[in-house]
Amino acid sequence: MADETTTERGPVTTLATPIRLDFEFTPGVAQSVFLRGLKQAKFMGQRCSVCGKVYVPSRGSCPTDGVPTTEDVELSNSGTITTYCVVNVPFAGQSIEIPYICAQILLDGANLSFMGLIQEIATDQIRMGLRVEAVWVEPDELTESLSSVRYFRPNGEPDADYETYKEYL
Amino acid sequence: MSAAGRTPRPVSIASFAQAKNVRRDQERNEVEGLMPVIAEVFGNIGITKDDVDFICSGSTDYLIGGPFSFVMALDAVGVWPPRSESHVEMDGAFALYEAWVLLQEGEIDAALVYSFGRSSLGDLREILALQLDPYYLAPLWPDPISLAALQARALIDAGKATEADFAAIAARSRRDALANPHAQVALDVSADTLLEDEYVVSPLRRHALPPITDGAAAIVLAAGDKAARWSEHPVWITGFDHRMESHALGARDLTSSPSTAKAADVAGVADGPIDVAEIHAPYAHQEIIVKQALGLGDDVTINPSGGPLAANPLMSAGLIRIGEAAARIASGEARRAVAHATSGPCLQQNLVCVLEGE
Repeated sequence: MADETTTERGPVTTLATPIRLDFEFTPGVAQSVFLRGLKQAKFMGQRCSVCGKVYVPSRGSCPTDGVPTTEDVELSNSGTITTYCVVNVPFAGQSIEIPYICAQILLDGANLSFMGLIQEIATDQIRMGLRVEAVWVEPDELTESLSSVRYFRPNGEPDADYETYKEYL
Repeated sequence: MSAAGRTPRPVSIASFAQAKNVRRDQERNEVEGLMPVIAEVFGNIGITKDDVDFICSGSTDYLIGGPFSFVMALDAVGVWPPRSESHVEMDGAFALYEAWVLLQEGEIDAALVYSFGRSSLGDLREILALQLDPYYLAPLWPDPISLAALQARALIDAGKATEADFAAIAARSRRDALANPHAQVALDVSADTLLEDEYVVSPLRRHALPPITDGAAAIVLAAGDKAARWSEHPVWITGFDHRMESHALGARDLTSSPSTAKAADVAGVADGPIDVAEIHAPYAHQEIIVKQALGLGDDVTINPSGGPLAANPLMSAGLIRIGEAAARIASGEARRAVAHATSGPCLQQNLVCVLEGE
């Protein structure tokens, strides 16, 4: 076995050291409001008492003012696409058939956009300002998770004026 | 004058706050846990976030299992308009050092330092193994208690301590913690009773191990006019240094702490009498090593707060030592104190901060 350790075999260039860590997640008071809302097919946000902005989901504080957001606000099921991208590149673990559209959605009444999947529209028709609505899973499939939202689709309203969402790009 | 060769700019510990240390905070996320601490550290001296020029935090994503948690934690402060900010993947005591260095340059007069850590969300025995050398040590997954036990065994074999010494330190710490409203483990049990415990990893019994703690802490540093305005009797940092040793455990003499001794020398610990020492020794036997490296006699009161054996919020336990030591001076119980913070396995990295009243 001596030759197994000699330098004639060349340098060791790669070493695999598998690492896996498991964690429990504590969403906190504010995010729990958001997650419980999803189970009821509602988007729940929170309002800052200083600047009045509504965050969805809220992490419990206003990142501008540094104060707790304590007022729960139920938001609309509809919103505006502020920006988007069309995904054409396959990647490991992809669960949706490409091409598909990923967009930032500003819900009516919110001051923070979040990312969502857009369906029921051709990829060459997607645009900023498009009005969309959430499509929820069946009532008995609703859980405290964003998987309760199947996707967003055009809601048929005229496009939103750029002035109404330019602050959120 | 410190051993570094020049007198540092006077910087004061203007305010200190810490969360109630608990085994597990089930309700709140990191931001929600931090917000009351930030509010308290400002509220203590009647200031707002607009009164500090620099923010520095200490935390690690390995405890939370999510990326960039320190960025999200800034939501607890509210950094608008934008301001200078930094972060260290270390205990908040090391973040305090960075802020102190910036204050030495003289361009700013106040800084907020905070730290947070949830030790309860993952398995610390695995998480802490990942701070070891990634090629030869981490793949073996040595848990931190076993490494500490090797150090304790070496200490006993060198004739520097006994298991009874460990129990005495644990008994004193948990008894002193009865007077600390933020402590997690506080009880009055004799050392003899503690010695009846089974070993967790020989020669360490449960009492010699730190509790698992969720917590957070914050300090406001001030210099110049703000130091005088925010404190009637300022507590000054008069010496500050940190040093580190090899990460190869086999290359170190685990029974001594030359990095602590060097930092203590540069910080000028021996330049005057020390009344109180807050030592960040998560394992009971490590207090013996650090005490010797700091050159402290038996007349020094050690860890009147109960120390890390009473609450060990990872990433905050070192910063809390500085806050607790400053509190003893502010209350008049001590005139000159030393605070110590550590990071890494078996006291690998050590920080020493000398504090003085007027």
